[in-house]
Amino acid sequence: MSEAVGAVTLEQVRHVAELANLELTAEELPRMAKDLNAILAHIAQLNELDTAEVAPMAQVGEVLGLAVASKGETLRADAVKASVERADVMAAAPESDGRFFKVPKVIER
Amino acid sequence: MSLESKSSLEGLTLAEARAGVVDGSRSAVRLAMEHYARIAVVDSEVHSYLALTEERAMAQAERVDAAAKAGEPLGPLAGVPVGIKDVLATRGVVTTAGSKILAGYRPPYDATVVARLEAAGAVVLGKLNCDEFAMGSSNENSAYGPVRNPRAMDRVPGGSSGGSAAAVAAGLCVASLGTDTGGSIRQPAAFCGVVGVLPTYGRVSRYGLIAFASSLDRVGPFARSVEDAATMLEVLSGADAMDATSSQAAVVAYAAEAKKDVAGLRIGVPEEYFGEGLDVEIRAAIERALDELRAAGCTIHKVSLPHTRYAVPTYYVIATAEASSNLSRFDGVRYGLRAEDATTLSGMFRETRDEGFGAEVKRRILLGTYVLSAGYYDAYYRKAQQVRALLTRDFVEAFGVVDAIVCPVTPTPAFKLGEKTDDPLQMYLEDIYSVAASLAGICGMSVPCGETQGGLPIGVQVLGKHFDEATMLRVGAAIEAGQRGR
Repeated sequence: MSEAVGAVTLEQVRHVAELANLELTAEELPRMAKDLNAILAHIAQLNELDTAEVAPMAQVGEVLGLAVASKGETLRADAVKASVERADVMAAAPESDGRFFKVPKVIER
Repeated sequence: MSLESKSSLEGLTLAEARAGVVDGSRSAVRLAMEHYARIAVVDSEVHSYLALTEERAMAQAERVDAAAKAGEPLGPLAGVPVGIKDVLATRGVVTTAGSKILAGYRPPYDATVVARLEAAGAVVLGKLNCDEFAMGSSNENSAYGPVRNPRAMDRVPGGSSGGSAAAVAAGLCVASLGTDTGGSIRQPAAFCGVVGVLPTYGRVSRYGLIAFASSLDRVGPFARSVEDAATMLEVLSGADAMDATSSQAAVVAYAAEAKKDVAGLRIGVPEEYFGEGLDVEIRAAIERALDELRAAGCTIHKVSLPHTRYAVPTYYVIATAEASSNLSRFDGVRYGLRAEDATTLSGMFRETRDEGFGAEVKRRILLGTYVLSAGYYDAYYRKAQQVRALLTRDFVEAFGVVDAIVCPVTPTPAFKLGEKTDDPLQMYLEDIYSVAASLAGICGMSVPCGETQGGLPIGVQVLGKHFDEATMLRVGAAIEAGQRGR
């Protein structure tokens, strides 16, 4: 990790914002860079620990010794059943023709 | 200064409310109306509710009263007025998660926990204010304005479930639902002087919870007594076909378990939770609670949770990484806000998210995207997952020799509004005693344990083994009984 730690540049913050579909204003950008650097410096403490032999833990179930359902045992039956009403779902959309979500032009050039 | 307007509703327990409805001495309709009347008087100051659901509440209360009159069997929450944190979906009722990006959103379904409360007879009064997408420790990140602490109006109620804690403390509902990802139930419970329970990961369904960090998010109750919180937990718990992470583990009769004697229980006290930075009055209050547990027949044991100091950095890698993924769904297509002027799809995504998300949410999305991005994944995200395993192992080893752990919830009592808003890292360090239990998936709770000389509530944290809420609640009830005996 040590080689990864270093000040995050404005350019990197701009790049990450783009990855996350966020637009940052000229005022927000330096503020976010400053905050990220402070937080990442705190996170760098994790380097003090030797974790070479430790398996990463993604879910609590792993430590409870719960069997991993590798054959899909915990999945529901693949059967057709009623879901939420389409009309109710579409009613919450910013723009819809009742059947589909409508969005601005997709292909840009 | 605490909230000036006093009311008998502030002290009403769930057990009393239900008993009154069942024996006919109280009407559920009247009880709901009394709460709405009090909300109208004091919530302009406290600001705990974002939406009221009067029509739905009255229809439910009328059903309960009719059933009581007809002598029909009544649920364990019959007529009990409750509030719901606004990150939980309520059918047809505006659900914003405290965010502008979901302004006006009416979900087409109820969260399982909301449906379970209503099936048990509870009367849902409305939706409770919270930090935007449950990200915060003070409730100051709500897009709809902060909540004030009813016990000290110039102070924060804690977060992110600040509205859920404040509403119970101020007599604006008898019990409530909150969510806890890194301390968001336990910390506001401590700050407002109420009981808050973080169930074991998998104990309570999350179907209908607007996700923040899926490997950490949990739903749990706030109430005015340990017994009331146990009753709520009993109703909320259990497998749900709509949530693949909900556990099949049998639901225990928590309210009955909470009443059992604690004599003979082994209580662990982790030295790492009593170091520098812990407020002296909080330390003294917890030591007093430990004396009372000893007097009740418990044995007190020093335990060590050696990786505790790494919990906050680990949490802020994992929680933000998951959040960056979960919050990608807010794009202006299917629900909530859409930026109006965008002429292209990608522009619409960016502008909608820019307008809709507040600063803290953006900060966490950026951090989470960064730690997951190419070249940094192993250094940050994988590393944090490995430390998470170490933190969890600490608890598993400690629970090999003790039945429950007692420690502080927070390093300080409720701080002032605006005191920490300029420094996100300072705000994150607020979570120092709560996030380890979140990462490990164990159950925990905050129980009122006295107050400071300045009159601010103090909470004590009780941590239990995975799926051993029963023992945790017993210890919590014994601490509560010790308070009454003081």
